Amino acid sequence: MTRYLSIFLTFARACLVRDMTFRANFVLECVTSLGWMAMNLAFYLLVFTFTPEIGLGTGWTKEPFFAFVATGLIINSIVQALFMPSAEELTEMVRTGGLDGILVQPLDAQFLLSMHRVDFSAFANGLVGVGLLCWAIPRLPQPPHPVAILLYPLLIACGVAILYSLVIMLAAATIHLGRNQSLYDFWFYLTNFSRYPAEIYSGPWGGPLRALCTFVIPILLVVNVPARVIAQPLTEQGGMMVAGTVFAAGAALVISRWVFQAALSKYRSASS
Amino acid sequence: MTAAASHSPPSGFLARRLQGLRVWWTMLVICLEERLVYRGDFVLGTLMRFLPIVTQVFLWTAVFGATSSGSIAGYSRNDIVAYYLLTMVSRAFSSMPGLASGIARSIRDGSIKKYLVQPVDYVGYLLAARIAHKLVYYAVAILPFAGVFLFCREYFPPIPDWTTIGAFALSLVLSFLLGFFMEATLGMLGFWFLEVSSIVFAYMLVQYMLSGHMFPLDMLRGIPTGVAGVSVADVVRFLPFEYTAYFPAAVWLGKVQGAELVRSLLVEAAWVGVMIVACRIAWWRGTRRYSAFGG
Repeated sequence: MTRYLSIFLTFARACLVRDMTFRANFVLECVTSLGWMAMNLAFYLLVFTFTPEIGLGTGWTKEPFFAFVATGLIINSIVQALFMPSAEELTEMVRTGGLDGILVQPLDAQFLLSMHRVDFSAFANGLVGVGLLCWAIPRLPQPPHPVAILLYPLLIACGVAILYSLVIMLAAATIHLGRNQSLYDFWFYLTNFSRYPAEIYSGPWGGPLRALCTFVIPILLVVNVPARVIAQPLTEQGGMMVAGTVFAAGAALVISRWVFQAALSKYRSASS
Repeated sequence: MTAAASHSPPSGFLARRLQGLRVWWTMLVICLEERLVYRGDFVLGTLMRFLPIVTQVFLWTAVFGATSSGSIAGYSRNDIVAYYLLTMVSRAFSSMPGLASGIARSIRDGSIKKYLVQPVDYVGYLLAARIAHKLVYYAVAILPFAGVFLFCREYFPPIPDWTTIGAFALSLVLSFLLGFFMEATLGMLGFWFLEVSSIVFAYMLVQYMLSGHMFPLDMLRGIPTGVAGVSVADVVRFLPFEYTAYFPAAVWLGKVQGAELVRSLLVEAAWVGVMIVACRIAWWRGTRRYSAFGG
């Protein structure tokens, strides 16, 4: 474990050196990333000019909702920074045969393929998320319970674990498809479901969709549970959701590991 | 007849036109075949594009559920759902994934030089490739599109008259051309900057928000700019972006009618003309300052 941590830190240091070599590009990437986030925040502000809350009686008024958005920004920035760049490279490695070089290394292939690149500019959104959270928390109708403050980092880690598992399974699909240029798009579209409170998925179609995105692909647990814990009063149902999220994170990691290994066993080199 | 004579360029206007058409057709067929090589990836990418609509439908249903008003910026809940679905159609025509970055890459790695020495118009080639891309996309997407629209038919107003349908079709064709020439021009900035990814990303952000892809632009009417009597919507109307998503959807929903419809179509056509000229100028000036890199 220490060896892997040391290797990961070496990768991270190399990526940081590379980013700092092209400082202007790094700043531009931060700015464009922040631009995307600012645009979404502007959209939410626009929505709140037409409605006092997202869904009648859900409690997702402006400040709790922005705490929700902040939680999403923090989780997504961690995943975008640590795992997405490597997963995107995998799609090209499979097509060109570059994966061969990774498989012969005396290290775990999943570790190497999912964590060898770190995009430090993606942390910019996370920092803004922390700022947004600091703005929203004092303005919440009820201050967060001390237990909620303790649970929040754990649930953020669970959210990251669930998204990481999803990235790994999508990357594994590359090996079957030969090319998966849509990986990033699919990621974006799938995580789109987690960008809003689960309460919006109601009615004859929303109910089953909510169940699907909670129990089958637990994407709705990623942001909803930590955001609910910090922005809304703790309830018994909330406690069950916390337990469910921890379980889902563990299960997702195990399943994604199995899927990835199974996909690797089907890999046939594309190089000559 | 010698071999040289048999391969000499055809004389006469008609023969030259025919050969040009044949070259263009060959490019189209090659691009179609290229698109179909990675069918799995392509089908997956096409089907996924419907996913954001689902969240938007639920979001706006929740917003309408929490507000006492049955209408927001002149849109009922059904109008909003129909609007988002129709912008999907608009974007299917106007979005040009990878076009600008592909041009910039060709400039950077030097592969564009083959188009400079061959009797092939680079912009024409790109247009043929894009039409091929769109044809394959429509062939794959028509079934999911038809299924989703049939499923959501109750959200739509009654089918408009033939004039509106014609105007809608024309606005889509123009939105394709506008999207193509805007992105192609952007890609040709690579002659000056080499790396344009940040510029392309910034363009995408602005385009996404100001085209009406994110929300109906009518919602900006109540947002002041600081200048008396001028809203943000009034400013956005002066830009070409709305024609790539908002305008065709608004035409179908009857939000733009009569003289306003004719005027808007003419403005859209004018924007296409402006962007064609801009693209040609960028190509002409860019190739004159270009130094080939790469082997």
